[in-house]
Amino acid sequence: MEVREKLAYIIISLLASVAIISVILIFIFIARESLPIFFNPEIKKEANLRVFFFTRDWQPISLIPKYSFIPLIVGTVKVTIVAIVIAFPLSLGAALFTSEFIPGKFREIIKPVIELFSAIPSVVLGFFALMNIATWVQVLFHASSRLNAVTAGFALAFAVIPITYTICEDALNTVPRELREASIALGATKWQTAVKVVLPAASGGVFAGIMLGLARAMGETMIVLMVSGNAAQITLSFLDSVRTIPATIAAEMGEVAFGSAHYATLFFLGLLLFSITFVINYIASTLLERTQKRLRGER
Amino acid sequence: MRFKEKIYLSLTALATLIIIGLLSYIIFDILKNGIGVITWEFLSQPPREGMTKGGIFPAIYGTLVRTLLMLVFVVPIGVFTAIYLNEYGRGSNFSKWIRLAINNLASVPSIVFGLFGMGFFVLFLRLGAGLLSAALTIGILTLPIVVVSTEEALRAVPNSYREAGFALGATKWQVIRSIVLPQALPGILTGAILSVGRGMGEVAPLLFTGVAYYLPYLPSSIFDQFMDLGYHIYIMTTQSFNIELTRPIQYGTALVLLMLTLSFNIIAIFIRYRMRRKRS
Repeated sequence: MEVREKLAYIIISLLASVAIISVILIFIFIARESLPIFFNPEIKKEANLRVFFFTRDWQPISLIPKYSFIPLIVGTVKVTIVAIVIAFPLSLGAALFTSEFIPGKFREIIKPVIELFSAIPSVVLGFFALMNIATWVQVLFHASSRLNAVTAGFALAFAVIPITYTICEDALNTVPRELREASIALGATKWQTAVKVVLPAASGGVFAGIMLGLARAMGETMIVLMVSGNAAQITLSFLDSVRTIPATIAAEMGEVAFGSAHYATLFFLGLLLFSITFVINYIASTLLERTQKRLRGER
Repeated sequence: MRFKEKIYLSLTALATLIIIGLLSYIIFDILKNGIGVITWEFLSQPPREGMTKGGIFPAIYGTLVRTLLMLVFVVPIGVFTAIYLNEYGRGSNFSKWIRLAINNLASVPSIVFGLFGMGFFVLFLRLGAGLLSAALTIGILTLPIVVVSTEEALRAVPNSYREAGFALGATKWQVIRSIVLPQALPGILTGAILSVGRGMGEVAPLLFTGVAYYLPYLPSSIFDQFMDLGYHIYIMTTQSFNIELTRPIQYGTALVLLMLTLSFNIIAIFIRYRMRRKRS
């Protein structure tokens, strides 16, 4: 009996460590393939940190390959800004509405319906954007190209909304009822209670929702690959075609020579993306945990 | 209520409506343009004439097989991770690390999983680019879904059940196996279904782990390359030699994929809803 118990414990612990091992392996294997940028003298000449951050062109297939990250970063930032600007007000508004102003019975219907958004595969969202949003954006803004940062950001908002909405709604919903009752008893209206009492109490969760939405927008691949136009350029206009970091990896990794400077550079881009989302996620989950603890009165 | 507040309130209602409206419009658009394409031939035949005619059977087959294969790995690992978190390691440091890892896996961009799958499964473990590498890669991506869903179900099993088991002289593992797990079964099922719904629609992690543009035959082993619904949509809309001509195929494929992922998610919502009802 003793042996069996021990065995069960060991097996369960081993399987439970798969998640930790996976994260470590992801880091190790992506870092490993990008290491030549720092240590291989041949590759270091073509692709190094100075080239990545202090030159202007991304032209990896030209006679003299150019590997500047700046146009890719500009593209990623542009689509992310558009996505957040569209997704955040919608998500927070809908979260406030579902959590504060409709009776529980309807909430149980509306919430899963909105969350169904996350059931649409990103490649289908991309396809929908290609067929519809691209046209809307062109008609609305008279853009010279159908595929640009606004189109991509708009489509990305669809991927961000379910994440940001769910986290905001959950945060608002964990605010104890006593707080609301006290506020109403003091003569505040329902709206005042929602915005001046509930929202501030849940602000940590709302902020975490934005951050995780941001991480999603930055890392989303298929949507931007299909509707951003994929032109690596540094411009200010949001109606120009852009190329993002994930789309670059997706589009170019398939044709790259194994072990080349281009190959290592694409892995380094992946490492960059992984590190940024890791940090964002760490901050967001710490924030979320702290807010929940405080709301449950655990300090 | 003051006038100004009414406006604000209507704005939040409007936001809700816009989201639901957009969601419905996406489904409606795909349904409207795709439904006419769906015939038995479309579902059961391979593409013909340079992929401008025929069906999408190999893509459906590839998607289903790689998703089933993924389930084989992700369900046991996910369920046991949740068992550890809820039954053995409550509040331990190891649990904290697991939770951090799970949270992190849930937000790693899917293209990074693709890079990892290629670097680790395809190249380092020499599994080659094929169904197995793709299934393992997507399995890691969906692991958090199974863990979270199972853990929620385990947490809902009342402690008195466990205590009753211990009082009867059962050991910890016996209590888990014959009391806790059966109670948590609907939650585990929900997690598995959700992971299928999510895993089916992922394309980015497949790009370098074994998905193929076109294959004249079905994969015959788990190391073979495969076709995939999501990838099929992507290549037909961006790389097909006549994008306008293949529009119906694109819509048809999108509809098949969307119906699959939507129905899995709706089933999961339904089970979860009934589970919560029963509890309260």
